[in-house]
Order: sequence, then C-alpha cells, then structure tokens
Amino acid sequence: MEEADGKAKKAGGRLCCICNQRRAALKRPKTLEQICRECFYEVFEEEIHQVIVDNQLFRRGERIAIGASGGKDSTVLAYVLSELNRRHNYGLDLFLLSVDEGITGYRDDSLETVKRNEIQYGLPLKVVSYKDLYGWTMDEIVKMIGLKNNCTFCGVFRRQALDRGAALLKVDKVATGHNADDIAETVLLNILRGDIARLSRCTSITTGEDGPIPRCKPFKYTYEKEIVMYAYFKRLDYFSTECIYSPNAYRGFAREFIKDLERIRPRAILDIIKSGENFRISTTTKMPEQGICERCGYISSQKWCKACVLLEGLNRGLPKLGIGRSRGFNKDRKGRKENNGTSIESKQCGTLDF
Amino acid sequence: MQLTLEFGGGLELLCESKKIHSVNVELQDGSDKLTMKDLLSWVRANLIKERPEMFMKEDTVRPGVLVLVNDCDWELSGQLETTIEEKDVVVFISTLHGG
Repeated sequence: MEEADGKAKKAGGRLCCICNQRRAALKRPKTLEQICRECFYEVFEEEIHQVIVDNQLFRRGERIAIGASGGKDSTVLAYVLSELNRRHNYGLDLFLLSVDEGITGYRDDSLETVKRNEIQYGLPLKVVSYKDLYGWTMDEIVKMIGLKNNCTFCGVFRRQALDRGAALLKVDKVATGHNADDIAETVLLNILRGDIARLSRCTSITTGEDGPIPRCKPFKYTYEKEIVMYAYFKRLDYFSTECIYSPNAYRGFAREFIKDLERIRPRAILDIIKSGENFRISTTTKMPEQGICERCGYISSQKWCKACVLLEGLNRGLPKLGIGRSRGFNKDRKGRKENNGTSIESKQCGTLDF
Repeated sequence: MQLTLEFGGGLELLCESKKIHSVNVELQDGSDKLTMKDLLSWVRANLIKERPEMFMKEDTVRPGVLVLVNDCDWELSGQLETTIEEKDVVVFISTLHGG
C-alpha cells in the first residue's frame, strides 16, 4: 500500500482540514470534514472518550464485559476501549464476553475471530453457550421449528445469555457495539411497530440500571462508516458473514432506508436518534411493570420470562408456545408491552415477526 | 490496465470468496480513460457471481458499501467520476453485515 500512498492525484492532493499537512483519506459523515488517517484516528477515539466521560459510562475500578461477536463493531469496540483505558487511565478491568448460539458455519467461525482478539488485545474471554444454558443449540432449534421465528428464540436467548455470562464474570456492566446507524434503525423499527416502551429505551446510552447488570453503548454517536474505515485502516481482524438463519427481511428494509438517507444527508442518522430521544410518552400510556420470572429468577414483566416460555415449548415439543402476537388490547395489558418478544436491540437478527 | 481489486466485509462472498483480485481491465473503444463508473460495470459483469443487488443499486454501489481508491475514500475523489489509473488499488467494503 506504500505505493498507493504516494499517489496524491486522486484527491487532487487535497489536504486534511485538521492538520493541513497530510493527504485527506476520508470524508467524515458526521461533519463532512475531509481528514487524513492520523487525524481520523485521533478524532474517532477522542469522540468516544468524550462520550464515555460526558455520560459517565464507567467508574474507576469497574469490571466491564465487552459483548464480542467477532464482527466489526465489537472488534473495534474492544480495540478502542482497551486503548482508551490505557491512555486515559480509566482503571477498568476489561473482558470479552461471547455467546455461542451453536450455529455451525457461522458462530463457530466468528468465535475463532474472538479468540484471536483475546490474544491480540490481551483481554480475557468468556464464552457462554445456548447448549450449556438452555440445553439446545440454534442448529437443533432450527431443526425442530424451521426457519420461521428462529430469530425470536435467538434474540430472547442471547439477551439472557449475555446477562448470565456477565454474572459469571462478575462484571459491573456490559458494553455493546451498537453504533449510531443501528440505533437510528431501531428507532424507526420501534415507531413502525408502535412499541413505545422500546422506543424510549432504545436511544438510552445506558439501560438496565435498575436490573442486575446495566448495559451501555459507547458507539451511540459513532457512524458505521467510520467504524468500518477505522477497522480497515488499522487492519483489525474481524468476521463478516451474515447469520445463515437470518432472513433479514424487515430490519433489512429499515437498514437500507437509513443508508439511502445517509447518502443524501449523512446527518439524518444523528437526527433520527435525536428524534427518538425527544419523543415524550404521554402519561396515559401504561408501561410494563418489571418483576421476576417465577421459574428462573430472571427479570420479567410476566409470570415466566420469555426464555422460559420458549424453552417450555421446545421441551414439550410445542415450539409455537410463546410465539406470535400476545397483544391483547384490553384483556392482557401486560402482554401488550411484552409484544412478541423479539429483542429489537439484538442486531444480528433480521426478522421482526409481527 | 492492471488493477488490484479487494472485496471485504462480506462482499468477497459474491465473488467466489476471493478477497483480492488482480485484474486486467481494457479501456472501452473510443475512450481514453477509465472511470469508477466503467469499473463498476466491469466488476459486475466479470467478478460478481451471485446476488449482484448486494453490491450495486442502479448504476452505483449499494448504499452502505464503502469504496476506497488507493486507500482514499472515493467520496473525496468524485465517486463515479473518479479516474482510475494503471496499478491503482480499489477496495470495496460492505458495512451491512452484523457487528
């Protein structure tokens, strides 16, 4: 690539608008500034540092698990967090936490990436598997239920698996790689679903502070384009294959819509997040009350948590149990909020079955 | 014209899982230069073996696919109008896969 660097003609020799010395290498979607690689690394990392400081995401001495899938976002998050932890002396104990859904040809390969990251970044890794936690792999679940609703199982199980892994690691918080594009997408999807409870939650940079293990999103304001550019320029090792079971229908449309908007006006992504934040929920809207699952003790707004309902169905050979619309308009107010259980924040899932 | 084309972020799956392609692209008759627009249609015709809609939308790359010419964001060089020269390195990366 040295040869490539020598060629300044393409950008017309345009210089970085920050240092005014080096050749610009990319256009920032957030600001439209043209900046060089070195200045990009600096503004990218320092913006994330600022988000962490301004929102008090971490406290000195905390143990933090990074939800690591081996994909671009979590790989860059692991790299940047360990860098910032050193540079700014956060005093954090960082861990990688991965969930093995048991998907041959997908998760087994991406877990190899996470294992390399463990060595590359010197962060201890914990893997929790669906098989160990629930007695079922996703491969087995799909064999039983087919390719419909499988993402519901996976989303519900993953959410809980991350919490259980975090409890095993005894961490204070889980940091996930959700980026600005993901959040904008989720805002739109929650509006499309009329899911007010999730709409107000999905833009929060920290969630679950009332629960056992809070989660935070240091990349809330970070554009996907910059994450991928960063990973590319730094030659970070990440895995990029779509889940073999994800039909990617509904979320896919929202995703494409966001990308189309971004091309016309990149600020749109931050503006959608802002809109999401500014929605006010009318006082007449009843919000779900949080309780505890009678069976496993996990947080739940119902008698049993969604994972236990789904598992019960699997184990009794009635996989449809817990699937589908539980929105009763008057009879079952609580069920209405529970919706159909698809974890809208778990981005690997393509479908949002209505 | 000798070029190096690189596919990443899952796009390599559309061209037989090969990430780096050393190719020879001929200028079209009557044309004295190769633009990204020409190169994209060449790639689509010659390298993309499946699901071309994952790579292109209308006459350009699908939104969410990043393009770098000699390690420089093509948004700085005029996107489709960027002129490609001998031995250039063009990289396509999809941002659309899970993270």
